[in-house]
Amino acid sequence: MAEAVLTTPDDAAAPARDVAPAPRPVGERRTGRHVVRALVVAYVAVLVVLPVGVLVWRAFAPGLDAFVDAVTDPLSVHAFRMTAEVALISVALTTVLGTIAAFLIARSGLPGMRVLDALLGLPVSVSPIVVGLALILVYGSTGWFGGALESAGIQVILSVPGMVLATMFVSMPLVTRAIVPVLAARGTDEEQAAESLGASAPVRFWRITLPGIRTALVTGVVLALARSIGEYGAVLVVSGNIQGQTETATLRVDTLYQTLLQPDAAYAVTFVLVAVAILTIVATSLLRRSQGGTR
Amino acid sequence: MSIQVRGLTKRFGAFVALDDVDVTVRSGTLTALLGPSGGGKTTLLRVIAGLEQADAGTVVIDDRDATRVPARRRDVGFVFQHYAPFGHLSVARNVAFGLEIRKRPKAEIAARVDELLHLVHLEAFADRLPSELSGGQRQRMALARALAVEPKVLLLDEPFGALDATVRKELRQWLRRLHDEVHVTTVFVTHDQAEALEVADEIVVVNGGRVEQVGAPDDVYDRPANEFVMRFLGPTTSLDGRLVRPHDVEVLGAAEPGAVAAEVGSLRRVGFEARLDARVAGSGDVVEVLGSRSDPALRDLRAGDRVWLRAVGPTVAAASAPRSGTGGAPEPDPSPAADAPADVAASSGASVRGGVPA
Repeated sequence: MAEAVLTTPDDAAAPARDVAPAPRPVGERRTGRHVVRALVVAYVAVLVVLPVGVLVWRAFAPGLDAFVDAVTDPLSVHAFRMTAEVALISVALTTVLGTIAAFLIARSGLPGMRVLDALLGLPVSVSPIVVGLALILVYGSTGWFGGALESAGIQVILSVPGMVLATMFVSMPLVTRAIVPVLAARGTDEEQAAESLGASAPVRFWRITLPGIRTALVTGVVLALARSIGEYGAVLVVSGNIQGQTETATLRVDTLYQTLLQPDAAYAVTFVLVAVAILTIVATSLLRRSQGGTR
Repeated sequence: MSIQVRGLTKRFGAFVALDDVDVTVRSGTLTALLGPSGGGKTTLLRVIAGLEQADAGTVVIDDRDATRVPARRRDVGFVFQHYAPFGHLSVARNVAFGLEIRKRPKAEIAARVDELLHLVHLEAFADRLPSELSGGQRQRMALARALAVEPKVLLLDEPFGALDATVRKELRQWLRRLHDEVHVTTVFVTHDQAEALEVADEIVVVNGGRVEQVGAPDDVYDRPANEFVMRFLGPTTSLDGRLVRPHDVEVLGAAEPGAVAAEVGSLRRVGFEARLDARVAGSGDVVEVLGSRSDPALRDLRAGDRVWLRAVGPTVAAASAPRSGTGGAPEPDPSPAADAPADVAASSGASVRGGVPA
């Protein structure tokens, strides 16, 4: 459930498109507009506002004290910390690696880049559970590398590295897919102009390329962050969901709701996740507005 | 700051964009690389700038071998066909870019930017973004940006290609005046023969990856080296097996040495011009003649009249069957190629080359 809520930035952060209505008789156009508007309002009300509203109400229904208790429970706090740790590490890595991958796909001209693009997009179409299982097959203690890594003192599965890997796997395409089209559309004219003006490759990247793709990059990173916070399936399989150790906030919600039968505490933790998601959306739109004039 | 290009060869796959090209650009001149799309002129310009690596040959700029020097160290100002403005930077910051990355003192940069914006008449637009400028203004901004770093040579790729006709004419006269003021060795690419003839000190006619002719505009126009150059520099017609320009055909009322008998087909008056179609006796070839409508030799002619025609201007041997009268004029390129590979991919050059013997 938390995951469903947290993926809403996906739609909210998608680039706004100006849909110009086809010229039609004024009356007809007006009616059509009203119908569309009513449909959108109904859609948002039924699928977003109503469930979230009920959730907020249920989170606070037992009283503020109960809410605070649920959220500050040591296991919940640990779960929030776990989510923050995994999300921040994987978003940082995804941003760097995803940008590099986007450059390879859009600019390198190397053979096989379409295959790379398709492979990076795989997590979008494959169930996160499959991703988790695949990681266990490779990095689990009986997997291909797992034994070797474990004897070197690195435990991947049932610990943070595996959770970061799983999260990166599912969030990477959000970064590359945001950047590649912009890179392709920009071409390399500006970089060539900068080069002829004496700019070295790093200067060209920092002063020309990066500002040019900034909006797309921010969009991709925010989507990746939202996905990282909300990821459930892949992390569930890889982490083993050990309370107080590898339990993230989304896993905590599930534990509270399904296993511990404490629905009110589950709603409270969920509310925090929703609040974070909404803050992310607001921060992004503010950031966009502040750079609205430049691109 | 001269440029010497020797034995330059560049292939894109099987396509030969430049085929053993030699060009010398004298210091301080304004030189046009003139030719059809896909003829290799943009590639030549990009190789000189270092934005493209040649497969063979050398580029010497200011008596220094620049063949292996990266673009950013060549001291070359390059103005791209679509200007490549830095979209996220203001006009002033665009112009300042080359100086900023050279870490010049702030005051010096500000002064130089002011000076350049004044030179290109964009003082009032310093704080605008490129997206808020017109095409002509963007072009001038790109020029100021390239000049800011005091390049040894200035290279312009189809500088007026993306502008509408009026702005184009204004800007090319402005470029000529600017060059007379700044005196930097300048090379520009164009497929418009009128532009080259009007603006350049020297014209290099490039076609099919080779240099067809080099010379002052008058040389190239009055002494075309071959049929291609003749056809490319304007309308031609065929008279007695030789190519001649329609306005270089003299119409005589009586037989004279060197004149060919013909019968008037039609005479049309278009504005101040008179256009005559005449059929040569015997061969039946149609010759097009262009004159002034007040020309007494043309004024009173009627269809069926007998006249004698004689070439009075430059002629070249016509190796191929005569084409329709205006065969040589290059059609304006509707979508100018954005960069070298696209330029090279365009095959329209082949149709213009059609008549040239290999």
